[in-house]
Amino acid sequence: MSQAPEVSRGTVTPTRVVIALCLFAPFVAMLWVGSYTKEDPAFIGIPFFYWYQMAWVVISTVLTMVAYKLWQRDQRARKGGAGK
Amino acid sequence: MKDGVNGVALAVFILFFVVVTVMGFLASRWRRAENEQTLDEWGLGGRSFGTWITWFLIGGDLYTAYTFVAVPAAIYAAGASGFYAVPYTILIYPMMFVFLPRLWSVSHKHGYVTTSDFVRGRFGSKGLSLAVAVTGILATMPYIALQLVGIQAVLDVMGVGGGENTNWFVKDLPLLIAFGVLAAYTYSSGLRAPALIAFVKDTLIYIVIAVAIIYIPIKLGGFDDIFAEASAALSQTNPATGAPRGAVVPGEASQWTYATLALGSALALFMYPHSVTAVLSSRSRDVIRRNSTILPLYSLMLGLLGLLGFMAIAAGIRVDNGQLAIPQLFENMFPDWFAGVAFAAIGIGALVPAAIMSIAAANLFTRNIYKDFIKPDATPAQETKVSKLVSLLVKVGALVFVLTMDNTAAINFQLLGGLWILQTFPALVGGLFTRWFHRWALLTGWAVGMIYGTVAAYGVASPTQNHFGGSSREIPGIGEIGYIGLTAFVLNLAVTVALTFVLKAMKAPEGIDETSPEDYTGEAGDPGVKTELPPATAGAAH
Repeated sequence: MSQAPEVSRGTVTPTRVVIALCLFAPFVAMLWVGSYTKEDPAFIGIPFFYWYQMAWVVISTVLTMVAYKLWQRDQRARKGGAGK
Repeated sequence: MKDGVNGVALAVFILFFVVVTVMGFLASRWRRAENEQTLDEWGLGGRSFGTWITWFLIGGDLYTAYTFVAVPAAIYAAGASGFYAVPYTILIYPMMFVFLPRLWSVSHKHGYVTTSDFVRGRFGSKGLSLAVAVTGILATMPYIALQLVGIQAVLDVMGVGGGENTNWFVKDLPLLIAFGVLAAYTYSSGLRAPALIAFVKDTLIYIVIAVAIIYIPIKLGGFDDIFAEASAALSQTNPATGAPRGAVVPGEASQWTYATLALGSALALFMYPHSVTAVLSSRSRDVIRRNSTILPLYSLMLGLLGLLGFMAIAAGIRVDNGQLAIPQLFENMFPDWFAGVAFAAIGIGALVPAAIMSIAAANLFTRNIYKDFIKPDATPAQETKVSKLVSLLVKVGALVFVLTMDNTAAINFQLLGGLWILQTFPALVGGLFTRWFHRWALLTGWAVGMIYGTVAAYGVASPTQNHFGGSSREIPGIGEIGYIGLTAFVLNLAVTVALTFVLKAMKAPEGIDETSPEDYTGEAGDPGVKTELPPATAGAAH
């Protein structure tokens, strides 16, 4: 899903691999339901199942932000010299 | 349920409602353009919205009143399985990051207003574009109806509109008024109205959630007690099915359902015309990417909201209609005036998406049915006029639906709408990245997915319904229970790929692609990409 042709077009650079991984990680974490269907450890009384998924909202946000920043840098590097 | 009308709550509710109504009408003057009589202006707000407005608009659009009522209602009814909404909304944003900037660029370059415009331009196929447009309209209609169901739930709990001994006119009058006001300002202000009202809606919702998630657990003795009581209540046997009502953590057997529902719903979300409308109204490609990093804040809120379902169980709320659980929880827990604020949040939360959805459906009709098939030489002013009228018709249709049919009918159709709209994914997202798929193969795959999905959903029985009793059933060949929409989608994709090979071997005509690879990556300000489209291009592009 996250193997964006925008990323794969041209050369595959380490930055772009990291971007793809950042975007792909939430799919692995969230679709592997068996990894988080348990009650313990609970957090302030909220079972693991619930707080873990909500924690992933924050984690995936951070990952998308990293992807965004890396993408911006990548674009600037690509345009570098060519001017606007 | 308390008897009679909750006067204080109602007064607060009406106050907020009046405020947003005034805002709705004033919105037409907000960021007004020189030429209002184009679809770009009325239907996309001039394609001028920056990061924050887009954030509120997409948030107001995706996290609807129905979501706020239905997600906790599902958890109230069955426990953990309803929480799939959280992984679902987590998965949306990485996808948004990847494909929507491409859609934005190509739409800006060619003046596309709808997804069907793009599909027609990319594949040179009016048939495929019609299929996408019809699917979009069909899927959106019940969604609008559900927004009205959301308002109804709030009105019921406040004591207006409910009651068996009032006649139908008095009973439905509040809903008719709310609806009339919504229709009037959408007609006059277009997409600017919901964009402006979304500020009020989301501010209210954030306040209500923040208060609810702290105040209610304190009153109920903390999350430990809430989950202990919820767990006990959910493990009781349901007499209708002979199985427990639900569980706090999903069992082994329901994990496939959970994952497929999350993935299938996430894939479907940005196929909905109203979400695309909100995205295309943004000012630049960068606004979309930036939004994919800040929109998840809403998902966090949705997760907290879901927990309210458990609080409703622990608070001993007993309602026959699960949709009333959360409004009733607010009424029981909060002081009257704050309950009024909470109800206003839900009510306004229904108006924003209902307005955007009706605009989106109207744009589809105007661009891809009226202009393509009925009046190819329509001027931009005529297009706008037709769109305005159709947006009214769509809302009247939704209203008639809600007033004449059982609410479960609206929910069933919405469920079908989700799996239908997912079948447009290969044409739209596939088309954004590759021209490899053959247009006829895409059309056949779409038809197969639609038919399989509808038939499969028809065959699902629940204790209360013989047909359309749920959205998941056994996946053929795997044997696990999974979301029908996703199964249909996989089938759709398989048919599309197989037929593309066949059609290419037969050298079937491919159709003309009017886009070029650079069109998909252009940013506002780049050569050839205009920051603001001149009004004429939008209507006269083809």
